[in-house]
Amino acid sequence: MTNKFDDKNKTLGDTLRSRGISRRSFLKFCAATASMMALPPAMIPKVAHALENAKRPSVIWLSFQECTGCTESLTRSHSATIENLIFDSISLDYHHTLQAASGHAAEAAREAAMEENHGNYILVVDGSIPMDNPGYSTIAGISNYDMLMDTAKGAAAIIAVGTCATYGGIPHAKPNPTGAVSVGDLIKDKPIINVPGCPPIPVVITGVVTHFLTFGTIPELDHIGRPKVFYGQSIHDRCYRRPFYDKGLFAETFDDEGAQKGWCLFKLGCKGPTTYNACATTKWNNGTSFPIEAGHPCIGCSEPDFWDGGGFYKALSMPTENITQTALYTAAGAAAVGVAAGALNRAKKNAATKAHPNTTIEDLEK
Amino acid sequence: MPETATSPFNIQIGNDLTWNVMPLLHEVKHALNKLIESGETTVIDLRSIPLAPGEEDRILQTLGVGEIQAKLNALGPSEITETRYAGIWIVTHYNDEEDIIGRFIEVTMMPEILCSQREDMIAAYEAFDTTLEENNESSVEKSE
Repeated sequence: MTNKFDDKNKTLGDTLRSRGISRRSFLKFCAATASMMALPPAMIPKVAHALENAKRPSVIWLSFQECTGCTESLTRSHSATIENLIFDSISLDYHHTLQAASGHAAEAAREAAMEENHGNYILVVDGSIPMDNPGYSTIAGISNYDMLMDTAKGAAAIIAVGTCATYGGIPHAKPNPTGAVSVGDLIKDKPIINVPGCPPIPVVITGVVTHFLTFGTIPELDHIGRPKVFYGQSIHDRCYRRPFYDKGLFAETFDDEGAQKGWCLFKLGCKGPTTYNACATTKWNNGTSFPIEAGHPCIGCSEPDFWDGGGFYKALSMPTENITQTALYTAAGAAAVGVAAGALNRAKKNAATKAHPNTTIEDLEK
Repeated sequence: MPETATSPFNIQIGNDLTWNVMPLLHEVKHALNKLIESGETTVIDLRSIPLAPGEEDRILQTLGVGEIQAKLNALGPSEITETRYAGIWIVTHYNDEEDIIGRFIEVTMMPEILCSQREDMIAAYEAFDTTLEENNESSVEKSE
């Protein structure tokens, strides 16, 4: 039986060597890891040294109001890869989709990991937290809010994975029936790394974990908590179709000459100019392609409120609100502006509520 | 080179999509000069540069294939090719499913990944020693 203490004290280098992985393989692993973390190749020897001596960290993964797409992105990406090797090298002590234990045994595993590694474990969260009625989402009878606040207390750092955990995501979309909020809305006293995307690129998820393993610190973040190394540049700036935008050559429909020639998709609603993510360089499916390369505009899934951005196929240059209506309210005078905006918001909320009728248990049983 | 090429997605590819091909090739030329003058090596990660469909192939076609092509099997296969320009290598790493997980242009006398590594040599020495001892023991047993 494995000595648990020894197992926890193993370095990543020990783990890899015990599996018969050669130094040459390790160098290959480091080259791919540095590439994955968008580090310059000159950093490969430093990554190798740091990773070799990195301790196997305890990771607790909590899933709240989510579709499991983020976990799918990570685990279904490819079967035997660098990402999997990194994930095999951490101690994933709680993940209710992946773990074998269930019920009381699962919760006991979480509590034991929290106690043993207090102050040192990494907490990963996917999904938003319902603040309206806690009954919308519970695990083992514990509300998402209580479980998050309890588990966050002893975490060294929190990684919010996916747009739901980072900015509320689809549950937060209007009219936000569950009162969904993000991890960052609730926790203010811990370092939080936001890794948005619907889902995030798998290598971006593992890249952040690896950065923490490699450097023992959280990566440099942008103004909304995203690691700059992956979210530092817009899709538009790194898009291979950018020269067509500069030349004013746009696809007007999905089957016109412009679409066939691979011209810019801006007029078809591409949110690339306002979206910060690594899709254009890291790409998906092991670097095969990304939505724009496949001919579809970027929907901006790594940005807050992307679902309410005014339509996936509406160009960014078009207003997202009804200008005539807004102007009419504004014309009512400065004193009335607040009232008007409130009325407009209420009208929009009511319209959205009507457009999305509630589903009842009776509906599901039909 | 043809005026246009066709990608698997039936998108016609012009010759100057991103303008990144020629600057990159010039960077490689300067790196080769640096290697000759000072022995300093350069590694360029092709994944970090926005390239349109077909542009990476254009770079690889321009560099061509030279005298050395090596294959290694370490956490999945890797291909190491010296291009037709000595000192410029293409290193491509694959995972077990043969998807590309990294592609680099290395301007060096010998890519590091091809060299035997000290840690592996130490392990090899111990393994070799054990094998010889076992052989010795079995030959002693036979003679008895």
